[in-house]
Formats: sequence, structure tokens, C-alpha cells
Amino acid sequence: MTPVVKLLAQRIALGLLLLFLVSILIFVGTLILPGDVAQSILGQSATPEALANLRQDLGLNEPALTRYFDWLFGVFQGDLGTALTSGQDIAESLGARFRNTLFLAFWAAIIAVPLAVFLGLLAVRYRDRWPDKLISAVTLASISLPEFLIGYLLMFFLGVKLRWFPSTAIGYRPDADVFTRLEAIALPVAVLTLVVLAHMMRMTRAAILNVMQSAYIETAELKGLSTFRVIWKHAFPNSIAPIVNVVMLNLAYLVVGVVVVEVVFVYPGMGQYLVDHVSKRDVPVVQACGLIFAAVYIGLNMLADVISILANPRLRHPK
Amino acid sequence: MRIPIAALIGLILTAFYFLMAIFAPLLAPYGMAEVVGGVWEPSSDAHLLGTDNIGRDLLSRMIYGGRTTIFIATAATILSFTTGSVLGFIAAVLGGWADQVLSRFVDLLMSIPTLIFALVVLSVMPVTVPVLILVMGLLDSTRVYRLARAVAVDIEVMDFVEAARLRGEGYRWIIFREILPNALSPLVAEMGLRFIFMVLFVSTLSFLGLGVQPPQADWGGIVKENADGIVYGIGAALYPAVAIATLAISVNLVADWVLNRTTSLKGGRG
Amino acid sequence: MKSQLSYYAGRVTAGLTSRREFLGRAAALGVTAAAANTFLAQTARAQEPQMGGTIRVGMQGGATTDSLDPALAANATATAVSRLWGEPLLELAPHGGIEYKLAESYEASADAKTWTFKIRSGVEFSNGQPLTADDVLRTMERHSGEDTKSGALGIMRGISSMRTEGETFIIELDAPNADLPYLLTDYHLMIQPDGGFDDPAAGIGTGPYVMSEVDMGVRFVAEKNPNYWGDLGYADTLEYIVINDNTARVAALQSGQVDMILRVPPRTAGLIARAPGITVHQTSGPGHYVFIMHCNTAPFDNNDVRLALKYGINREEMLEKILFGYGSVGNDTPINASYPLYTEMEQRSFDPDKAKFHFDKAGDAGQILLRTSENSFPGAPDAAALFQQSLATAGISLDVEREPNDGYWSEVWNVQPFCTSYWGGRPTQDQMYSTAYLSTADWNDTRFFNEQFDQMLVAARGELDEAKRTQMYADMGKIVSDEGGLICPMFNDWVDATSDRVAGWVEDYKGFDLMNYYAPMKMWVVG
Repeated sequence: MTPVVKLLAQRIALGLLLLFLVSILIFVGTLILPGDVAQSILGQSATPEALANLRQDLGLNEPALTRYFDWLFGVFQGDLGTALTSGQDIAESLGARFRNTLFLAFWAAIIAVPLAVFLGLLAVRYRDRWPDKLISAVTLASISLPEFLIGYLLMFFLGVKLRWFPSTAIGYRPDADVFTRLEAIALPVAVLTLVVLAHMMRMTRAAILNVMQSAYIETAELKGLSTFRVIWKHAFPNSIAPIVNVVMLNLAYLVVGVVVVEVVFVYPGMGQYLVDHVSKRDVPVVQACGLIFAAVYIGLNMLADVISILANPRLRHPK
Repeated sequence: MRIPIAALIGLILTAFYFLMAIFAPLLAPYGMAEVVGGVWEPSSDAHLLGTDNIGRDLLSRMIYGGRTTIFIATAATILSFTTGSVLGFIAAVLGGWADQVLSRFVDLLMSIPTLIFALVVLSVMPVTVPVLILVMGLLDSTRVYRLARAVAVDIEVMDFVEAARLRGEGYRWIIFREILPNALSPLVAEMGLRFIFMVLFVSTLSFLGLGVQPPQADWGGIVKENADGIVYGIGAALYPAVAIATLAISVNLVADWVLNRTTSLKGGRG
Repeated sequence: MKSQLSYYAGRVTAGLTSRREFLGRAAALGVTAAAANTFLAQTARAQEPQMGGTIRVGMQGGATTDSLDPALAANATATAVSRLWGEPLLELAPHGGIEYKLAESYEASADAKTWTFKIRSGVEFSNGQPLTADDVLRTMERHSGEDTKSGALGIMRGISSMRTEGETFIIELDAPNADLPYLLTDYHLMIQPDGGFDDPAAGIGTGPYVMSEVDMGVRFVAEKNPNYWGDLGYADTLEYIVINDNTARVAALQSGQVDMILRVPPRTAGLIARAPGITVHQTSGPGHYVFIMHCNTAPFDNNDVRLALKYGINREEMLEKILFGYGSVGNDTPINASYPLYTEMEQRSFDPDKAKFHFDKAGDAGQILLRTSENSFPGAPDAAALFQQSLATAGISLDVEREPNDGYWSEVWNVQPFCTSYWGGRPTQDQMYSTAYLSTADWNDTRFFNEQFDQMLVAARGELDEAKRTQMYADMGKIVSDEGGLICPMFNDWVDATSDRVAGWVEDYKGFDLMNYYAPMKMWVVG
């Protein structure tokens, strides 16, 4: 087991290093963005005097390096600073938004991941017969529609016409009971599920089919095991690496990439928060969001790597 | 060799869309930007699909839009697959530091939200079609890299690769003769999807105001332009959506067929 | 039919239609006189203001980056929210003129340079502190000081000194300005205790409501201010919810999640109006969608090029296809009938021959590039495409480049020589022209430098004879239209929508949308 432990330790250390590099990259990236925070805050109604005053006030005349290190040391102490635009404490407002985002991502994942794997297994079981083709066509169609269009369609048919679910998520309150919150996010969860389902399902199917060619599967089949049992017991565990990779990519997407769904359903998540601050050039907030997103990404990828390592018998038991 | 019926449908539809894209100027009844009627006119003999949100012929726009969409998506997919899979295989085969440096660099790129990345890159560079393809292709190749590497790592520890190593084969042989054929099926399956993601990515960029320049159109952009009408029974936005969906399905039907053929090529079972 | 009937019934109760005429209309719709009378009685009861309940408003424009500091208010949500907890000295009256808020009265010296405002007595801030003339002075100081960030700084610049005398507040101006009361209705100038120096974003003022929940860019809740001096506000609770996505905002109204929304997309307004229980309101205002050229940059420094482009735009088509008729045609000046002292002038119309004539006369203008983005005004890229097409019929080729939404106002507008833009308008002609057409104006976004125009503008500002002043503005409008860098194809109407859960809408309200953002306070929940 030592090589595995060593591999894992390596991955985690590298993840942390990566996070540090990302913070620099994000910082440089935000500097390159055209326009500045003072102009963006005042918008079209900015006079040169007001601009100069606001710039001074926001500390934008300090050298970039100073601002970066001030911020980095703050982060180590759990202080993400205050937003340039609204003067709010970032850690506090961001924390609330992040919890909302996780809530939405969690429920979308809870539905989408098992459903995708199940549909993938089903497609393999009935390979090239009608269930396989139907699953394939439906998931493909759902993935090829732009997110906002799926959103609008569900909103109008399920929300406005049939009134099954609230048409937007404005009823969502972080402090409400779970049932109210789930009702509010029913439609966004449905859209997100449709968006990530096809990718994961198709990868599950392809990866399992790939393994199904191996000799040991044939052996298992010859032993007289049922097809589903062969797939579930023998093929699935051996095709876990690519599946986990795609699942992690999609989980990360659920946290990082849901801006459109948040905008369409008016859900107070992190995506909208980030976009607002990017367009206002609020550097500390963008950095904080970027860092959190990066941490989620790196964390999930690390997890995918770890699971891949643990799941691969040859890596687990090196010769 | 018999082509299964599903694959045949996929091939025909894909070919149809690609031909339409290539011969767009010959096929389109009107100019792409020409205003020829009122807003959202229903379909008629003069305008088979009706008119769009400012009175342009929707069919003509669809044909030209398909050209932009398919060209950009194809080019970007090819770029992302070549870069991503080759680098992924190299990382898996070389292992050690080369693998670590490549993988962490890709993680670095991937861990920054695409939105911010696209904003930054495209706001310092001019938004032209080659730049779009380059940005999309390279951003996407990180995703392909991860998959290619994951698949290749599994193959790399197989006995036949070890045998090849012991025979003294070079990296090039191992990558292209041992790993590539065995990694093709998940990669091809992914390719079909990636192509569709590219189509959608173009429209997302249009959504941010960074996509193709007006009066040029892409299918996603046409959906967006006409989305207002959809909920009132004006189907203008549905045509491009259906076009994207059928293209997606037919490309993936072809991908599935290729997938079957390559897996049987491996010669494991009949 | 029911909605038509209720429309006429509403007009009867508002005194716009006679009862006899109503019964005639009802008969035409196939309704018996008895039924129509019952209906009228019900409507009249619904027209009676009722206290209590909650009104929920779907807002647009709010962002998480906003602040309650009125000096920084720069979008519809921030402006509307500041109307809840705060009040200015003066406000635009619903149908033109000035309404007194925290000033009980005002008077000007004969030369219009010294203005004295009597501050309303017995008014309390929501923190219990009484309002004094000093608070007013301090507020004005905060918005005009050297280090202010206020968006109102521009309009405070003509003030040479300010002081208080007992219960009065006195402003001395550098030069005569007959329009000062209009300037003081500016939405940034909410009176705050001690001018808001201690905590500008506290949301403490004298307004009819008190903020109880503030979540920037998401939700604002306000409760009725029990100590409010006036009689504004029927509902106990107002809830403003930011719904920036147009389709989502309309859907929220249709599914009953909110009671009123602003900025209904014109493209779908006609369709929404047909939905049961929804009324769409159209109010003309001074906002205009424009194409602006820098008069000092080639090829736009040649007036023939400017005229060619002005003749090459099809205003009616644009009004029809971009605003769906929810607006009016522009005439290449920033002024329309919503301004006081407006004079109509000959309408410039689409004329490809004249466009070609001027373009050829100008000689080789090279390729013309127009920059645009979706957020310069809704549908701007489409408008640019239409412009491209109409110019093509005159043989002029136009390149269009779409810029990112993000950064448009800092990188393109007022920087690039030809782009699409939007102006919300101002309450008076003087203010509009001083803001963007005076040679020395910060936002002279057409780079219009015309000495004669500048002199007329200053002269008109001090002119107290209304007829003379009107004539001066008419002449100035002609100069801008014939020589300026502004191509103004259309003025947009405000398009709002309310559900039948609320009543009390007032037509033709001056100012911003949603009855200058007073609709939530001036409407009531139907029992």
C-alpha cells in the first residue's frame, strides 16, 4: 500500500500548490480585464472628479503587488476582505451565496448522478435495442438545447401554464424549511439534471462497453451469471476511472458553471454574485470567488484521481 | 460491410448539414442579413420558415448560421482532440514529472471558471473566427486531456504495453500503436458530445457578447435572438434548436457506429 | 371582453369617460345595462384605496454590488429603493411641474441666482431624530464636496455657496438658473441625518417606509413608517425582488409571484397584455435609443457624412421592429414632447437619395464602423443590423462590430467615434443639453463643439420670459439636429405591467418607469 499512500500524499500536496498558483493567475487575469472598478461603479453617470475620488477611496492607486500580498495574508487568517463596491464583508456575503450554490448543486447531483449511471447500465444491458436508442436520443436532445431555452420552456409549461412548480426561485429563503426550499428549486434542479445527464450517461455506457470486451467478462458470462449482474459486479467496477472523471467534471460544473440557470430562475447563488462583481471590476470579490471555484475544482479532481487510483487493481497491487 | 440503419440515418443527416454549410450561398433564398419582411411572420411560400425577430428570412439565416456553427465547432473539436489526446497519452506514457507538470498545468487552466477565462482572453484579443476557434479548442482540450490521460493510464499498466516496452518499442509506437487503438472508444464517444458542447459554447459566447459578429449568426445565437417569442407560440427559436438537436443526435449516431467498429477491431470477441 | 369592460369602467371612475358612454360600450360588448351597472359599482369599490397587505414588485437592474448609499445609486432598483426610505427636497409632480417633499415652499430672487427653501417642520427621521435645515445643508455638502463620489456632483457644480437661516436653506448660484428646482428632484439627493456623513448606506431617512430586510441584488423588504408625515403608502409591506431576466420577470408576474413589474420587453408586451389578469401600461418619457458620432473625428468631422447617416436611417422601421411601437420617432435631438417648452420641428425621414447625395458630396469617407452591444440599449445589435440594411439601399456600406456587454460603458461609449448608446433623459431641456451637448460637458459624447449653441444655452438658462426661452430651445434643437453628432431614431416608452391584485395606476406619470417608482406606494392591494 505504500506507493498508493505516497501517490495520494503527492496529489494533495500538489493540489495545495496548485491553489496558490491559481490565486496568482486569477490576480493577473483580473488586472488584465479592461475598465476599472471606479468607472464601473458609477456607470454612465461618472464625472471625472467623482471617478478620481472614488479611485483614491478604493485604494486603486496602490501598487498591484502590495494589494495582492495584503489580500493573500488576509486569506490565511480567514479574512477575504471587503467588497470595493458595497463595502460588505466578503467572507460573510460570499459564504451565504456559496451555501445556496451547494444546496442547488447537491440536489441536482443527488438526482443526476445515480440516474445517469443507472441509465448508462440500462443502455449497456439493452445495448443496440430500443431502450438504448431511446435513452441515447432523449439525453442527446436535452443536451443540445441551450440551457436558457430548457429553462424558459420548463418555466412556462410547468410554472405558468400548469402551475405545478413556482416559475422562479424567488421564494427561496436560506432560513426556510427544507420543503419550501426544495419546492423553490424544483425547476432549476430539473434543468441542471437535464444538462449534465447525457454526458455522464454516455460515458458510463462507453466505458462499460469498453470493459465488456475483456476476457474475464466472458468468463463471468460463461459461469452463467445474469447480464445485469455481470455488468454491475464485474464491468462497472473496472470502468470506474473514466466514469468518475466525467462525474467530477459535471459536479464541478454544477458548482461553477450554473450562472445561466441562476439568472433565468433568479436564484441567489454564487454565479450571479461573481458575474455582478466581474462586471463591476470588484477585484477582491472576483479573486475570492475564483479561489473558491478553483478549490472546488481542484478538490473534486483530486478526489477523482484518488478514486481512480484506488479503483485500479493494478495500481493498488503493483507487481 | 453493412451499415446499420441508425448509423445510415446519422450519416445522411450529418452529410446533409455539412453540405448545406458548404453550399450555403447557393442554397439560401435570401441574403443572410437582408430584411425582407415583418417581424416573426409565419411560414409562407416566400419564407418557408417565416421571418425572424427583425424580419429577416429565417431559412436563409439558418443555412448561413449552420455554416458558421458547423465550421467553428468542427475546427475547434479537431483542435481540442488532437492537442488534448496527444498530450494526455504522452503524460500517461512518460509518467513521473512530465505527467505531473502537464496534469497540474491542465488542472490550473481548468480550475478557473470558463466564463472568467473567456472574458479575460477575448477582451484582450480581437474577437475573430480564428481566435474563437483557438480559444475554444484550447480551453476544451483540457477536458479531453483529462479523459485521454485517465484512459491511457489504465491501458498503460496492461500486460501488452509492458510487453511492447520490453520489446524496446519507442514512445511513439506505444502511444500510436498500443494505446491509441485501445483508447479510441471512450474518446470517440466523447468526441460526439464535445462537438455539441462546441456548438453550445459558441452560443454561450454570443450570450456574453463575445461570439460571432452580427449580422453573422450561429444557431445558438438565432435561438437567443428569437427566444422571446417561444413562450407565445412563435416557433422561430425552435427551428435552430431542433437543428442543433438533430445534428447532435446524428453526429452521435455516427460516433456510436464508429465506436462499435473500433471495439470489434480490437478483436477481443466476435 | 371582461378586460375591455374593466378598462372602460376604470375610465368612468377616473372621470375620463361618462357613465352613459360606458353603458353604450357595454351594450356593444353584449352586456345588459343591469350587469354593467353592477360591474361599475364593483369597479368603483376596487378603485377606493385600501390599506394593508403586501405588494411585491419585480425589479430590474439591481446587482449584488449595489449600495444603499443614494450617492452611488446608478440603476432602477437602487433608485426605487431609495424612494422608500428617503425623500428629496422636491419631486417631479405626476403630470408636470414640481411637488413639495421636504421643502414646504421655495422662492427665487429676481435674477434666479438666490434660492430659499423652507424646510418642512415636525418631520422625523426613521431613527427618531428630527429633520432640521442643517441636515439638508449637510446632505448637499456630501454630494458637492471636493471628495464626493456622488452621481449628483455634476448638477451641484453651479452652486457657489449654501447656508441655513433658521428653518430655511439657501442656495447661491454662480449664474442664473431658472431650473434649479428640477435639479433638486435628482434621485441621489435623498436627505439623510447629518447628510449621511457617518453612515451613508444606513438607509435612514424620512421616507414613507422603513427598510426591514436588505439583500443587495436579491430582495428588499420595507415596512410602513408609522411616523411618516405625509399620506403616501397604502400597503403595510413592500417587497422588491430583483429579477433581471426579462422572461423570468414576466413569468413571475403571470404566475402570481409578484404583483407588478417594470421594463416589459416591447417585443412581448402585446402578447402579455392578452393574458388574463394582467394590464400593460405604456408611458412616454424622455429616454432615447441613439447612435452617436464624434463630430471631431474623421470621417464624422464632415457634416455631410453625418447628414448622410441621418438620412440613411429608417426611423419608423426601427420603432416598429425594435420597440414594437412602444415609443415614438426621434428627430436627431435629445428632446421630445415630454419636455417642458418643447416645440415641434419638421420631421427628418428616411431618404436614400439624400443620404447618397450627402455621402457622395463628402468624398471618400472610407469604411464606417459602428460599435454596439446588447446592453447599450435592448436590441441594439438588431438596430445596428437594420441601420446597416437601410444604409445599403442608399449605397453606403456600414460595418458593425459587437463589443462585449462587459466594460461597454467604460471602453466604448464616450471613447469610440461611432457607437450605439442610451440616454435616460433629464427633467428639463437645459439639463439635458448641459449634460451632453455643451462644449465643456463631461459627457459630451458626440464631441459637439459649437460656440453659438453654448451661448444660447447659457442665455436660455437665465431667461425668465417663457416665450423667448421656448424660441431659444427651438433654435438650439435645430442646430443639434442639423449639425450635431446625434442620430436619434426613437424615444422609448416605459412599459410596465400590473396584475389585478393591485389597483390605482396613474397614467402618464412624469419621470421614470413604474410611475416614477411611486407605483408601489400609490397603488393598493384589492381586497
